[in-house]
Amino acid sequence: MSPATGGPSGTFAPRPGAAPLHRQVLAQAAMESRLMLRNGEQLLLAVVIPVIVLIGGVAGAERVGMDLAHPPVDVFAPGVLALAVMSTAFTSLAIATGFERRYGVIKRLGSSPLPRSGLLAGKIGGLLLIEALQVLVIALVALVLGWDPAPGVLGALLGVVLGTAAFASLGLFISGVLRAEATLAAANLVYLLLLAGGAVVLPVSAYGSFGEVVRWLPSGALGGAMREALIDGTTAWADLAVLLAWAVLGTALTARTFKWE
Amino acid sequence: MPASDPTVPAVSVDGLAMRYGDKVAVDALSLSVERHTITAVLGPNGAGKTTTLETCEGYRRPQAGTVRVLGLDPIRDRAALLPRIGVMLQDGGAWSGVRAREMLDHVARLHAHPLDTDLLSDRLGLAECGRTPYRRLSGGQQQRLGLAMALVGRPEIVFVDEPTAGMDPHARRTTWELLEELRGDGVTVVLTTHYMDEAERLADQIHIIDHGRLIASGTPLELTRGGAHATIRLVVTRPFPPGSPELLAKALGEHTEVTQLDALSLMVTGPADASTLATVSRWCEENDVLPESLTLGQRNLEDVFLQLTGRGLVP
Repeated sequence: MSPATGGPSGTFAPRPGAAPLHRQVLAQAAMESRLMLRNGEQLLLAVVIPVIVLIGGVAGAERVGMDLAHPPVDVFAPGVLALAVMSTAFTSLAIATGFERRYGVIKRLGSSPLPRSGLLAGKIGGLLLIEALQVLVIALVALVLGWDPAPGVLGALLGVVLGTAAFASLGLFISGVLRAEATLAAANLVYLLLLAGGAVVLPVSAYGSFGEVVRWLPSGALGGAMREALIDGTTAWADLAVLLAWAVLGTALTARTFKWE
Repeated sequence: MPASDPTVPAVSVDGLAMRYGDKVAVDALSLSVERHTITAVLGPNGAGKTTTLETCEGYRRPQAGTVRVLGLDPIRDRAALLPRIGVMLQDGGAWSGVRAREMLDHVARLHAHPLDTDLLSDRLGLAECGRTPYRRLSGGQQQRLGLAMALVGRPEIVFVDEPTAGMDPHARRTTWELLEELRGDGVTVVLTTHYMDEAERLADQIHIIDHGRLIASGTPLELTRGGAHATIRLVVTRPFPPGSPELLAKALGEHTEVTQLDALSLMVTGPADASTLATVSRWCEENDVLPESLTLGQRNLEDVFLQLTGRGLVP
């Protein structure tokens, strides 16, 4: 039955084992971020659009003499950082995960040693890598435009972390209940709506009485937290609490509905 | 990780039942797979092969019955089992923009002692398409990459679902040789297929399933051995008159079986002797049926399947 060749010394002699979890997670994070950067549309969403919004916003505000309490770049830069977090954690993640389900990537990884928690950790790691890159590029452009940020490091960091958690959980929820194409459409549409009317780039005060509504959106809360940290140097606990609530809601929805296949 | 007990079967399925809505996919299925063998699960499309495999791989929870792989429960002991098995899916399983080699290297990094991916790429003919994005690989290349991903972690068992579907004859042969080498190196191979020649050529043990039920098990020899039995294929120039199989069976007597294959051909299974042959040709003469060919041969798996189910395997 078994030929005499091979045996324990053969090329394919079994030697199974999982790599240490942290190495699996790192490999997954590196892979996710690499694929995201390779994708032109994703890169557009992650870096090009935020930079255009920043430059356009600053130039536009100066031209029309927009009445802001601070120099335009100081107002726009924190909002554009919030926009960048939203684009990566929500839109890019939702689209990527939707197509991973479609192409059987999640199924394939489901029979690899990488546990589901490791896959999730890898995704979060990938997001944070991309966000670090976005912050770097946007901050450099803003500094060139004369940005003078306040040192609200804690508030900004908490804003990025909680904003990522809130948007990522909502993005995963969408990708888990819709087909890949519908996810693509919905994630882009929501992004555009929030960009225009979600108080992410412009402060809540710019929306008049409607501002009382949009401040409760994850976009308004993230934009608010970033502005308060980087304009006033303080930590916006109320906005951060709103983000936390969205993260809890999104996680609960995702946990109930997400199918790995 | 505990040393694996070589006396535990590689796979044991006992009374497995699975249904999707009203449709029964697998029904009271029991089978086992010995270590270090190639075992084929053979059956037509929709027979329940993939569902059975997916319960072994931990993708589906059995609705009834038990499934053990290397003595472990694929759902409960998932974390312990997954590193020890390799899975080749029927299709997909990679990001569309990922390069072939990059994908293989990624799966390798999830394992503790992966195979050398240079060597594996060479063996599977993936060296020349290593930088090609997955979506631009041919169907055969995607299949071979799928097989490479199943093997790279040096598993004890590989589950391969229709491994050569979409491959050209050369790639098929190479894949068969590779699967035989795996067995030689101590890997257990469980494959599903609807190709008779694949099962007959490769498998130590074959389980034939149809409509979710196990209808026969054995070595290729056991399954095709009919003692003194042989098959006679009768192909005619004009369609048979209605009722021909029954009439011919009556003429042949009780030790033979007649199965209509299609409008122009019949298969007779029975004693391999001159009198059977003579009876068939006399029946043709009496019924004004003009034979185009009348061939006598040993049963092959296809005949076995036909006899068991009354229809062909590949539509």
